[in-house]
Amino acid sequence: MTEPLLAINDLRVAFATPHGLVRAVDGVSLDVRPGECLGVVGESGSGKSVTFAAVMGLIRPPGRIESGSIRFDGRELVGLDRVDYRSLRGRDIAMTLQDALTSLNPALTVGTQITEVLLAHAEDLPSGRHARHREARARAIEMMHLVGIPAAEHRLGDYPHQFSGGMRQRMMIAIALSCRPRLLIADEPTTALDVTIQAQVLELIAGIRATLGMSVALITHDLGVVAEYCDRVAVLYAGQIVESGPTASVIGAPRHPYTAGLLASVPMLSNLDRRIRPIDGQVPGLVDLPPGCRFLPRCPHAAPVCVSTIAMRALEHDRAVRCVR
Amino acid sequence: MTALLEVENLVKHYEVGGGLLPRLLGHKQPRVQAVNGVSLAIRAGETLGLIGESGCGKSTLGRAILRLHEPDSGTIRFAGTDVVGLDAAAMKAMRRRMQIIFQNPYASLNPRKTVADILAAPLRLHGVAAGPALRERVMAMLAAVGLSAEHASRYPHQFSGGQRQRIGIARALILNPEFVVCDEPVSALDVSIQAQIIDLLARLKRDFGLTYLFISHDIAVIGYVSDHVAVMYLGQIVESGPARAVLRAPQHPYTRALMSAVPRIDRARQGEPQIRLHGDLPSPMNPPAGCRFHPRCAFATGICRATPPPLRQLDAMHSVVCHHFPEVMP
Ligand SMILES: Nc1ncnc2c1ncn2[C@@H]1O[C@H](COP(=O)(O)OP(=O)(O)OP(=O)(O)O)[C@@H](O)[C@H]1O
Ligand SMILES: Nc1ncnc2c1ncn2[C@@H]1O[C@H](COP(=O)(O)OP(=O)(O)OP(=O)(O)O)[C@@H](O)[C@H]1O
Ligand code: SF4
Ligand SMILES: [Mg+2]
Ligand SMILES: [Mg+2]
Repeated sequence: MTEPLLAINDLRVAFATPHGLVRAVDGVSLDVRPGECLGVVGESGSGKSVTFAAVMGLIRPPGRIESGSIRFDGRELVGLDRVDYRSLRGRDIAMTLQDALTSLNPALTVGTQITEVLLAHAEDLPSGRHARHREARARAIEMMHLVGIPAAEHRLGDYPHQFSGGMRQRMMIAIALSCRPRLLIADEPTTALDVTIQAQVLELIAGIRATLGMSVALITHDLGVVAEYCDRVAVLYAGQIVESGPTASVIGAPRHPYTAGLLASVPMLSNLDRRIRPIDGQVPGLVDLPPGCRFLPRCPHAAPVCVSTIAMRALEHDRAVRCVR
Repeated sequence: MTALLEVENLVKHYEVGGGLLPRLLGHKQPRVQAVNGVSLAIRAGETLGLIGESGCGKSTLGRAILRLHEPDSGTIRFAGTDVVGLDAAAMKAMRRRMQIIFQNPYASLNPRKTVADILAAPLRLHGVAAGPALRERVMAMLAAVGLSAEHASRYPHQFSGGQRQRIGIARALILNPEFVVCDEPVSALDVSIQAQIIDLLARLKRDFGLTYLFISHDIAVIGYVSDHVAVMYLGQIVESGPARAVLRAPQHPYTRALMSAVPRIDRARQGEPQIRLHGDLPSPMNPPAGCRFHPRCAFATGICRATPPPLRQLDAMHSVVCHHFPEVMP
């Protein structure tokens, strides 16, 4: 097997809160391989964003990486200093944030925002000041064309509020992609968008991935998005990965009761007569969790052994599951 | 079979911006044409699912039907009564029979009121119950939506999203209405919680004999809960009919594009021709002439740009507003 581009190993991230220590990420291990799209799914609060914030070096107090390792192309990122991180972000790894619709700076034109990234990171720009800016501007227009902003050269001077939600999301992607990163982390890039616009954005990411040979970690709560756009999937529950493997095989034959429950919860357009079955109960709070399986209180298959610590277990065909069954 | 609710040619525009000076000068105000001539009917005991993209006017339509936003024109008949013509007192009585579950379970509950107070308020307002009878009814409603008596004295922020939506449902149902507008009741919830709420709404519908207008932008959810569906685009219904018929064989180019864009867990659409919409929803302040969908439609021709399309029946139940579809008329 080829070396993964990103390898997260036994990562633990905790936040000190008045109610106690919230261990948002509790022993997460996952790989993103060269050129692949990994889907990351899970309930709200399961630790998807925090895991990848850790990759980007964005965990700030009261949060802390307690232990574990994050290697990018063989290089350890945990403990990397700010200067090194800054050169990595944008150039090697770029992330579009979940609240992209608000994370563009409202006071700067989109042209300024995209050229700033290019001027900070692109290494192959010409050296003269004017030439640099001219080239950055040309590339900004090229990126905006690439993400489907019509008449890009006339829109560089526009502010974010002058764009629709879908266009702003695509602008975020343009900024993230402007330095041609090797890994794109897309945190719920389409959650706030309509399905027709969602399809445009996801196909844009898939197309650029194919052209640039980029790897993608796609965070979503939509199993349909995973099924159609991701090679592999990792399912998070309450800060832990409970199942991972090739998308088609996980969705076709889920091994963890939570994954199975999720699939049974959603109506399927192609089979509307299939009765949906909800998962009873709700996600546990992350403070003072007992050692056993975190899904136990909601699990239809719970057995006495489930109260003991349950480790991730490798199965055949590149699959793994955190369940004793 | 007669309908419980019949809406004809409903129009609701919002005035925005402009300000006083242009108004004094007699300038035309910019208006958002949120709902522009909508007709629909829902039979007693059925669910009409309303699908459409953000901003197409779904919530406005739901609220205008309950006169929470006063419609500009059109008729609304509920159980034979002309709702638009009712005076305030008669409308208040009518409200007991027509209720709404709001889109956002986080914003729609008063944070300073306990759950018991939130549920008691409509009963007090309508003088339906007081004293021990009132408390009993509140407790029974909590139980009906799957919450327990101990929840009654808590405040909204002490609940999860799914539980808050249960409170919103309990508030809508406490007056024993016949008709409920469910405005995106599951959109803000996690997948595993969505299914709980969909099941709950289905059970309550059976137990209380309810009729629903169910609004969602999730087509699979709409297909699952609805008897009939209506597809809305820029303030107008472009296709409507029996849910299975419309979703199995969508006719309008917009419905086809919507269906084609939904990512499928079973990848069932793989191999089907993909219809991709380009561009964004045009502004409802200045909707395109002719067919409102024409700038994004792959099938648009000259007539589409010039003339609003007629409503055409595929069969007795299934209608499409388009110049070119259905292709073959029966
Ligand atoms: N700054 C913080 N302080 C305290 N707790 C935090 C902080 N940031 C995140 N958390 C907690 O960490 C947990 C994981 O959060 P995270 O944002 O990773 O969830 P998520 O899986 O991305 O959810 P969503 O689908 O809602 O985006 C949550 O319980 C959250 O409350
Ligand atoms: N009070 C208001 N004043 C002015 N314009 C409004 C008002 N309420 C809604 N609108 C506009 O009317 C149009 C229809 O809005 P509406 O909320 O009905 O859409 P919707 O289909 O429910 O969208 P969503 O799926 O986002 O809830 C939008 O363009 C919206 O911006
Ligand atoms: S009337 Fe014309 S533009 Fe409108 S949906 Fe039909 S084919 Fe498309
Ligand atoms: Mg998140
Ligand atoms: Mg709405």
